[in-house]
Amino acid sequence: METKISMKITVWGCRGSLPSPGPEKDFYGGNTSCVQVIHKDTCIILDGGSGIQRLGAFLKNDFKEVHIMLSHLHIDHTMGLGFFLPLYNPNVNVHIWGPATSNESLLERLRRYFSPPLFPVRLNELPTHPQIHEIHRSEIKIGEISISTDYICHPGPTLGFRISCGNSVFTYMPDHEIPLGSANFPNEPEWISGVDLAKDADLLFHDAQYRPSEYANRVGWGHSSVEDTLTYAKLCNVKKLALFHHDPAHTDEQLNQLLKEFTEHKKFDFDVEMCAEGNVYDLS
Amino acid sequence: MANQPIELILARQFADSMSVAVFLVDPIGNLLFYNEAAEGILGIRFAETGSMAVDEWSQIFIPTYEDGRPFPPEDMPLVRTLTNQQPAHGSFCITNKKGEKHFITVTSFPIEGRPDRNLGAMAMFWKPK
Repeated sequence: METKISMKITVWGCRGSLPSPGPEKDFYGGNTSCVQVIHKDTCIILDGGSGIQRLGAFLKNDFKEVHIMLSHLHIDHTMGLGFFLPLYNPNVNVHIWGPATSNESLLERLRRYFSPPLFPVRLNELPTHPQIHEIHRSEIKIGEISISTDYICHPGPTLGFRISCGNSVFTYMPDHEIPLGSANFPNEPEWISGVDLAKDADLLFHDAQYRPSEYANRVGWGHSSVEDTLTYAKLCNVKKLALFHHDPAHTDEQLNQLLKEFTEHKKFDFDVEMCAEGNVYDLS
Repeated sequence: MANQPIELILARQFADSMSVAVFLVDPIGNLLFYNEAAEGILGIRFAETGSMAVDEWSQIFIPTYEDGRPFPPEDMPLVRTLTNQQPAHGSFCITNKKGEKHFITVTSFPIEGRPDRNLGAMAMFWKPK
């Protein structure tokens, strides 16, 4: 009998820019970007935002190898790394993958975080030095999971991820400014950043930090509006869209209102929801 | 068609925003984009031609010196940039498909993406005032 291949995707943080806990944000959560993808004994963690601290605390002991894939090195995507307990466990082999640049190595850039005055523990003081891998337009295979990466439009080197297992595809683009990365949006898909990564995905996590009126005053900051992200998901023919990277100022009530405003009484060929910390998606 | 690299997408976006004429080519010289200002000099419209293979777009104008002698194609700045992956600069005349002759000055430079990928070149050209 054929084994059913699936990916279990758990959201440990979906807030953008800054951790923003508080009673008014309890539902969607205040931790910054961190998403776990599991298939059998393969554990991939997308980004090391503040959400990775809880993930590390709850990670089962049977994972002897963990792969952290950083979309980019902005602080909201790396600030939790030093608090990820498996880094201090000599029995766990941690790999850190991140975007290559033309000049400074990923290791050197990570050392900036893992050094005083930002952090007291240096990388070489960890019980086992994590293995560092630079990626760009790359194809990677980890266990039975295949990952395609490419640079997408966001300040500084930033990757999007297309993660495939069996027939299931999950695409992760937490920080992505669609209009700036498009020569003729929403026409000419080959000239729109990241389309190949998101095309026909079963599930797309995509930046939707702003309402359109907010985006108008934040062009070039690297993020997208809910409206543009909905158009992008349609263009990419995804099956489900989870709006990600919520603005730290947006409360649960405002996020619900935002979703309602842009989806109510409109017909989409895909499911849409606001991503919430604790959400679990099973792709099979 | 496969997604263009983000560096070229942003280069096209930049070119589209400029009032100076801009050409964007891939590493083998295929013309990926030219902007509105370039349309005026070339006498054609991007909306009508779209991107063009190198053999095709090299026929849309004739380069000459000011006195009318043929200008060697290999000396054109964009060709030099594609050949050497170095910036280049030069002036010459072009006669477009409409028979219009323009004296232009061209600056071209390679587009090197992360990490050290040759993605093509951009050329900007001016008509001296």
